[in-house]
This record gives sequence, C-alpha cells and structure tokens, in this order.
Amino acid sequence: MVNFTINGKSLKAPEGTTILEVAEKNNIPIPHLCYLKEINEIAACRMCLVEIEGTDRYQPACNTVVTEGMAIHTNSPGVREARKTNLRLILSQHNSNCTICIRSDNCVLQKMCYDLNIHYQPYEVKPERSKVDLSVPVIREASKCIKCMRCIQICDKVQGMHIWDLAGTGSRTTVDVSYSRRLRDTDCTFCGQCVTHCPTGALTIRDDTMRVLHALADPDITTVVQIAPAVRVAWAESFGLSKKYATAGRLVAALKSMGFDYVFDTNFTADLTIMEEGSEFIERFTHKGKHRWPMFTSCCPGWVSFMKSQFPSYADCLSTAKSPQQMFGALAKSYFAEQIGVDPHKLFVISIMPCSAKKEEINLPDMNSACGDPDVDVVLTTREMCRLFRSDFIVPEELEEMPFDSPLGSSTGAAVIFGATGGVMDAALRSAYYLITGENPGPDAFTAVRGNKPWKEARFNIPGAGLIKVAVVSGLANTRRLMEAVDAGTVDYDFVEVMACPGGCAGGGGQPIHEGKECAADRGNMLWNLDKHSEIRYSHENPDVAALYRTYLKKPLGERSHALLHVHGYLPHDNK
Amino acid sequence: MSRLDVKTPSKVQAIVDQMYRNMERRIAASPPGLCPVDMALNFLSLCQAQTCGKCVPCRIGLAQLNAMLHDVLEGEPDPSILDRIESTARVIIRTADCAIGIDAAELVLMGLEGFKDDYEEHIYRHRCLGSLKNPVPCVALCPAGVDIPGYISLINEGRCEDAVRLIRKDNPLPAACAYICEHPCEARCRRNMVDDPLNIRALKRYAVDHAGNVPQPKCAAPTGKRVAVVGGGPGGLSAAYYLALMGHKVTIFERHKALGGMMRYGIPNYRLPRTVLDNEIKSILSLGIQVHRNVEIGTDITFDDLKKDYDCLYLSIGAQTDKKMGIEGEGSEGVMSAVQLLSAIGDEEEFDFTGKRVVVIGGGNVAMDVTRSAIRLGAENVSVVYRRRQSDMTAQPEEVEGAIAEGAEILSLEAPIRIETDENNRAVALWTQPQIIGEIDPRTGRPSPAVASVPEHRIPADIIIIAVGQGIKSSTFEQSGVKIQRGGTFLAESDTKLPDLDGVFAGGDCVTGPATVIRAIAAGKVAAANIDEYLGFHHEITSNVTVPAPVFKDLKARGRISISERDASERKNDFLCIECGYTDEEAHRESGRCLRCDHFGYGNFRGGRVEKW
Repeated sequence: MVNFTINGKSLKAPEGTTILEVAEKNNIPIPHLCYLKEINEIAACRMCLVEIEGTDRYQPACNTVVTEGMAIHTNSPGVREARKTNLRLILSQHNSNCTICIRSDNCVLQKMCYDLNIHYQPYEVKPERSKVDLSVPVIREASKCIKCMRCIQICDKVQGMHIWDLAGTGSRTTVDVSYSRRLRDTDCTFCGQCVTHCPTGALTIRDDTMRVLHALADPDITTVVQIAPAVRVAWAESFGLSKKYATAGRLVAALKSMGFDYVFDTNFTADLTIMEEGSEFIERFTHKGKHRWPMFTSCCPGWVSFMKSQFPSYADCLSTAKSPQQMFGALAKSYFAEQIGVDPHKLFVISIMPCSAKKEEINLPDMNSACGDPDVDVVLTTREMCRLFRSDFIVPEELEEMPFDSPLGSSTGAAVIFGATGGVMDAALRSAYYLITGENPGPDAFTAVRGNKPWKEARFNIPGAGLIKVAVVSGLANTRRLMEAVDAGTVDYDFVEVMACPGGCAGGGGQPIHEGKECAADRGNMLWNLDKHSEIRYSHENPDVAALYRTYLKKPLGERSHALLHVHGYLPHDNK
Repeated sequence: MSRLDVKTPSKVQAIVDQMYRNMERRIAASPPGLCPVDMALNFLSLCQAQTCGKCVPCRIGLAQLNAMLHDVLEGEPDPSILDRIESTARVIIRTADCAIGIDAAELVLMGLEGFKDDYEEHIYRHRCLGSLKNPVPCVALCPAGVDIPGYISLINEGRCEDAVRLIRKDNPLPAACAYICEHPCEARCRRNMVDDPLNIRALKRYAVDHAGNVPQPKCAAPTGKRVAVVGGGPGGLSAAYYLALMGHKVTIFERHKALGGMMRYGIPNYRLPRTVLDNEIKSILSLGIQVHRNVEIGTDITFDDLKKDYDCLYLSIGAQTDKKMGIEGEGSEGVMSAVQLLSAIGDEEEFDFTGKRVVVIGGGNVAMDVTRSAIRLGAENVSVVYRRRQSDMTAQPEEVEGAIAEGAEILSLEAPIRIETDENNRAVALWTQPQIIGEIDPRTGRPSPAVASVPEHRIPADIIIIAVGQGIKSSTFEQSGVKIQRGGTFLAESDTKLPDLDGVFAGGDCVTGPATVIRAIAAGKVAAANIDEYLGFHHEITSNVTVPAPVFKDLKARGRISISERDASERKNDFLCIECGYTDEEAHRESGRCLRCDHFGYGNFRGGRVEKW
C-alpha cells in the first residue's frame, strides 16, 4: 500500500494503482475524454491532467501510478487553465455542429465543454475534411473525430479485427480504415462496438429512420415491425424510465401510437429458430460421421461475417438456420401476408434490433425467400427507435401497455434469452433434450452456459444421445482464440454459441450508449429474469409455433422450412 | 556614426544560433516513417525564410512551391499540380541568382522524383503512405529490437541481472555488444531533442559488468528436430541460442579453433576482452548446443551431407577472406592482410613488431583495429594511408581519435600505387599518389578523390597491412546450389530463407557483406524464428522480467556522461581493455536521463513494448 493525498485528503491504495482509479473510487471526479478502462489508457486528450507537488509538469491521472508521499491536486489554477486550453484546442478541430448531431445530448465532448464552462473559442476552428460513405452501416465523420483512439483499441483488443488505424503522420495524423482501405473492402463485421465506444458523433450507425417514416406515410403500405429480445431491456434507458414502466407492453404501445400496423416479437421466431436449429443439431449429432464439428449457431450476423472472412473453411459448420430476424421477415411476407390477405410486395417489414450488423444481414443472399423482395426492408437500432419516439414527443409513462399482435407475437422464456450470451445455447439445449428424450429437462438444467464469462464450456449428458460438449463465447477477439483452439485441436466441442458483441446482443452496437459503462451484464440479467418469470420456458411449447408447423411448415427441416428459414450454403465474403 | 565597427553578434542572433543548434539535434531525432511530403514542405518553409528577397525566382517561386505543396497535403488539387511543381522548381534552379534559391528548389525536385508515390497518394486519395510503425526510436533502430528503455529502467533501479535477462530475449550476446556494439540505437534517441542521446552502450556495459553470471532460462521440451549452424560467429551463436531455447537440437560447425567469429578473429582484446567473450559463449553453449571445431565445409564434411543429416541448415559463415588491392608488390614479404593479422592474434599467435615501421592501408574500423594492434605489438611508428580525407573515413570517429592518441599518423589523400621491394622480395616502402578531393557522389554523399598534380610519395615501411575490406568464401556453397550475388554475397530473402534451397537459411555478413555484430545477431534471431516455423512449431521467446513503471521527471538539459578510457600512453603498451566502465553514480545518472519512450508519447498507445516474438 502507498500513502498519498488528493486535494489534501489522505488516501491509501495498492501499489500500481493509477491516480484516476483512486480518485474515482474516492468520489473525486477527474475529467477525461480518451480514457477507457484497461482498453485505452494513453493520456492523449490531456484532460485528466493533475498537479503533483514537486514536479514542474502536469501528469495524466489515467496512466500515472500513485507513489508514496505523492501530493496530488486536481483543481489547481494551473490545471484549470491547462484543461480549458487543451479542450479549446480539441474544439478547434472539431465540427461542433451539435444541433444536428446524432450524439447531441449524449456526447462526452459536449458534456465536457458544458462542465468546464467553455463558451468562447479564441482559436480558428478548422475541422478535418469528411467524406461520408452511406453504403455501409458504420459511418465515420472525420470532422467530429477527436483522435481519442478508442475505436482503434476496441477493434484491436476487444474485437481483434484491426479495422481502424492511424493514418498520416505529423499534425495530419488521423484515424482511418487500416491499410488505406475503404470500410466496404475490409472484413469489418459492422458489430458497432467502435460506435458505442466513440465519445462523440464521429462514429455512428447509419440512420434509416426516414425510410420508416416514408413507409408509415404511405397509405398503400402495411407496416409490420418486429422487436428483438435485447431491445426491451435497453430502450427505456433513453427515457430514464423506472423498471415499473420499462416494459415490452409499453414499447408495443409506443410503436402502435406511431402508426405501425402490426407489432410483433422477434422472440416468436427465436422459438422457431430453436425448433429448426435444435432439430438440425440432433440431425447432425445422430449422423456424426457425416459432418465436420462443432456446429456453430448462426443467429449473430457479426459472427457469421467473421466466420466467413476469418475462418472460411469452417463456414459449413455454421447452422444453416437463418437468424430470428430473417425467419421473421420470411414468414411475414409469406405465411402472415397470406393470413391477412395482403400482397407481400405491399408489406414493409421493419426490425428493431440492438445490432448494427443486422443492417447488413438483410442484404445477404437467400434473404429474399418469401416473395423475391427483401424479407426485411429496414433495420432500426434501439437508438434509432428511441429517436423516433422522441421526435414524436411520446411520453411512455402515459401509455397503457399493449400486447404484441398475433400470431407472430407469442413467445417463451427460452426466446427472450437470445439477447444474452449463453441464451441461445440454453434455449437450444432445453428443446434438444425434449426432442431426444420426449421429456422436458428442468428449465434451469443448463445454468452452466449462463453468466458473463467471455468463454464458457460445459458438458451435459442427454439420455439417449450421450455426452454433449458445448461452448459459449462472446466478443470477437475471444472468438478468434476459440476458433484457433478448435483449429489446433486443443478443444473439442459439439455445439458452440457465438455472439460478436461482448455479453451478447444486450451489449450490441445498436443499444443506448452510456459513457464509461458496460451495460451488457445488467441488461442480460434482466433477460434471464424475464425468462424466469415466463409462463412457458420451452420453445417447443410455444402454441403459435406449434400451430405454424401444423398448418404451414409441417415439420422442422421440412421442405417449406428449408425454402424459407434456412440459407443454402455460406459463400465466403458474400456480404462484400 | 563611426567609420568602422567591430563585429559583435547581437543578443537576438545568439538566441537564433542556439535555436539552430536545437533544430539540428531535433532533426537528428526524427523518427523514421514521417510523411516525406510534409517534411519537404517544412524544409521548404525554412528555405523560404532564408531568402534575401532580391530575386523573383527565389522570393516568389519558393512561396509558390510552398503553396502548391500545401495544396497537395490539404487541398483537392488537379493532378497536373505535379507538373506545375516540377516545372516551377526547374525554372528556379536555372534562374535563381544564388544557392539559397537553387538548393531549395533542388530539394523539392529531389523529393518529387524520390517519393512521387507519396505525392500521388495525397492528391488522389488524400491519404499518406507514411506511418510510424515503431514509436520507440532506439528499439526501432536496433537491428535486433532489444528492449532498451526496459533495460535502462532496470539499471536505474540497480537490477543488472534482470537487465541482462531482458536483453537476452532479443540478443543473446549482451556482454559482447556492451563492449563493441556500434550502437545504432543512439542515433535518433529522443533525448537529442533535449540535450544529447543517451549513452546506451555504456549503460549496457555497466549492466553486464555488474550482473555476474546470470543463468540461462530453461529450454522448451525437445522437439526431436536437428539444426546445423555453419559458422559460430555472432549470427550463428544467436540462431543456435534461440533454436536451442525452442527445444531443437543444434550443432554448430566452426572452421576455426574457437567460436566467436569476428568477435574473436576481428576485434582485438583491448576492445573486447577474451574472458568476457569466452564467458558469454560458454553461457550460450550451456543450453546444450553441440560444437564441432576446426571443420571446413566442403573438405571435412560436404554441404549435401549436412543437408541430409539435419532438418534445417543455417549458414552464417561471415565475410572472412581478405580483399586484394591489385597493386605491384602486394605479394612480397612483409605485406599482410588485416584479416591474417587479426585472425592470428585471435588464435593467440605471438607477433613482435618491435622497431618496425608499419603502414596500414584503409580507413575503416578494421584498419583502426590493425593500427592500434600494431602499436601494441611494439611498432616504432604506424601510419595509416587513406585516399580520401580523414573525415571521410568509414571508421567510427572515436576509433580514429583513439589511434591518433596512441601515436598513429594519418596520411590522408594518399592513394597506394605500388610496393617497393628489395632484392629479397621484402617490402621496403609504399609508393602513393597524392589526391585532391573532388565532386560529391549524390547517392553516397561521399566525395571522390582524384589525382593531384603533385609527384608520388615514398613511405618507407617494414610491414604493410592491407585493410581494404573482406570477402566471402562462397565457392563451396555456390556448387551446392546457393545463389551468389555480385560482390560474392549469398542471395537470401529478408526472412533469411534461401530461394530454391528448401530448409536452408542464411544471414549475417555472408548475406549483407561485412557489417556489424548486432546485424548478425539480428539475422540469427530472424532465422531462429523462421526455422522454428519451418519445422512446424511456433515457440515464443519471452522474458519474465517486469519493467519498472516510468517515473515522470523534469526535462532539464543535462550532459551525456561519456565512458572514460585508460590514458593513451599507458594503454598503448598492452592489449588490456581500453575502456573503463561506469561507476554506480554515473550509471544511475545516465540511466535517469532516459525519456521512457516505451511509455511517454506513442509508446503507451501501441508498440511501446514487444513482449514476445
């Protein structure tokens, strides 16, 4: 332990602790812009400077460790001046067009200027030239970039994709796509983790809300919206709603109030995915010699893209089942259009997703299997949906809860956990057990796959099938380690669930952004809680799914399922 | 108004002069990889400030060049701007009245021709090809990439053993390098911006002198693979060391009686004491490396047999044959090559030059080594004959100064033309043709000498030592399929693989031509990594030493502490080590000057520390 003082207060901390860590633990706020705990402690923004007695230069709190006898001052006259000057320098190269910026009101830089009482700028303002490419879901506006390097570090250290890098040298140094490429030409999975960790509006997900508003305005169009599991536990954060009001029923009511014709639940097709993917797993597992192992889940488009570009030889190990979003689109424009007697070409399917990669998934081959049009027309992230609500001045507390529409609106506890790491595996095992043994396992028989460890392994004995070795991983750098281990033969699995974002969709690139806070675990726990309190907790017990098979699909992996709900092979790089 | 005034520099001029010196040092500390267009623009801005303002091409032309370069970097110019820049620069060169304008425009033109790709990347794609790949200047410039800030911080804490362990991760010969490395690491030390580069080699010397016998790490589990290393010099020893650590069975084949290569047969004891070298080699061999000494490839064992018996070969035979001058009398008695002399000294053969007049031909480090050895062998006088100026010598300046201090005479601008012999074919004198220094070769930056209108000189001599470079004994290998390039070097890829010869790798002097110990070590390290992969493994070399957290400090300018030497009058009488190591106080002070670029600046973002390879 070392003893030191901050602003005169005597404190102690273990050796090797940084000034910033200690200060935060002791409720002494030190402003910072570029800092991201354990990911980016590079002292680039020079906002966290503090004065240490006996030294003539200010030191960054984020990567200076406390030493015995140190006397630290976080608000000396010199520090005050230094912070303000450096902040004005940052602003001199920042496009401060806050009024029309997506991150307005949720921008770390904007808040910093407010906090530091910055209201005049002595320096000439000259932001970097921006060229925006709207053909990809991840958008970079160079003029808003403050070169904090967080995107580079997240992509390198957490996702292991090395898409962003420094470009140029000297005072023209900036962030850009690595190796002088365009984003479209890289293996970017569009996971959006760089966006949710960007402190400003430099990195955003393409806003597609106008397309939705146009559809709503067209009287000839029937709008059908689906809501992904992880959206319901995150959307209310943007409105500061208490748990009591933050319900899926109120979300349905808000969408209805905007004029959407049908509001359905992606959970329905999550249950359906379990039926298809679970059956596929049993089919493969009972014909073990015919397949390469392990089998991988296919609901995460970031992961599927990663697999195709990084480990293309394993692409055949992916389940051919489409993701719940795509199954929904295919059924909406076939089964459902038939039911309500509407021309599927006049049906406009909107997905509300916690995910930015879903915006690319809808353009993949095989994703137009219902009527030839794209099965899903547009994907909005949770954040875009919240912006739509805000622009309609919706007050969620004032809305009465409403149920999802029928028939694509019913679901089980096994479906809602698709939004958390381990959830797909848990749900699949519950139904696989039933399909093999004819009996339900306990709904909490597979808890070993839950929890927030990035790489989980478990083995389960299913009577009649034997020992099943499973693994669950989230975050692409972790995924790469797992794939390398699979490839080297140092691990041996039958079934692997992968989610590209750390913690799964709950921490997806389309979810509300909270500076300095990773929310995946909390949101994931809410999903597990929803499962716990569900009346039905097995996908195979969803009555509407059963009816769908009875009246339309006939059976899992049947001819119609094959046509609508499965892809017909994975072509390498077909998203590029 | 007085009729005349004594010229006294103004206070302002004194400050500006100081700024010039600071800028010179700052330029010296430029890291590699900067945008060349940006640098050209900034140099041009300096030139522009120097124009006297009288003539149009210089006063306005340079300003227009400046504006166009700005446009290239920051605007969206038409590609034809390149032609405009070029034609403008050419007109300035042809029409400016003095060197201020001419030389500035030439600088722009040189860049336009030298890095046109960079210009085009900026114009067409608004991007830059330049990038800083390695932010720590000393590590970037060390061929072996030794973690210099890491071991300096360990020395500062008095942890010399850990310093040696950390160095060994990238260089298994810390002691040899501590005594004789050419220290390219110091060239762009960021400390240059404050005062002077760190004395890195002196610090390393302190570490190895105070570490004692540091045990080697454990080798990885045996792989069952066998690697033969041909040549036991610094490169061969390094490859053998890392391959042994990786668990491979290594055998070194050495032509001489003892290992060490040029560290033993080229570098005299007074620079690298034999005991230091022997201990270091013993430590490397303690990993279980087998050695066959006195084995000549081609006579004692064939290349093809080696290829058959081993899974992989590493050729590091060095450049150990002498080059001839081709002058009359070269074969006469009393004439020898530097390689002959130094190699005989390496094998501890006795020589006595007492009372002899010795002439050394050459201007490189080897010429200085034989000069200073000849002095120690008792020569009455030693003259160094060199055809350019002393400042053009390729030997390190401190070596030349050392030789002069010990009594050597430098006869510069003298080109040897023949050796005069007596009736017994004994050399009695070297005849030289005086030279006049001439035009500078723009590629090498060195001036070429030409015959001066002065008659020939006769330099009386009993012994003439020729030190004009070394060659490579390549014929045996050529017959076995090794591709030989012009100049006699082996053709190898940058990963040390030989084209067309599967499983054969080569590096060091035999590939690069005569170079430095640290470059041979680096090649051995590269070879070890790629041989390991070739054999189907991926062993990682790491160090378990934890580097101390950096402590912030002031940046007050402080003098670089130089390493002291024994008095010339004393040291010239023996072969004992010339240099005296740092005291504890000196080591602590000098290590405290390190700016810790592994942390401060770019280092804590990326590339500050390479923990494994």
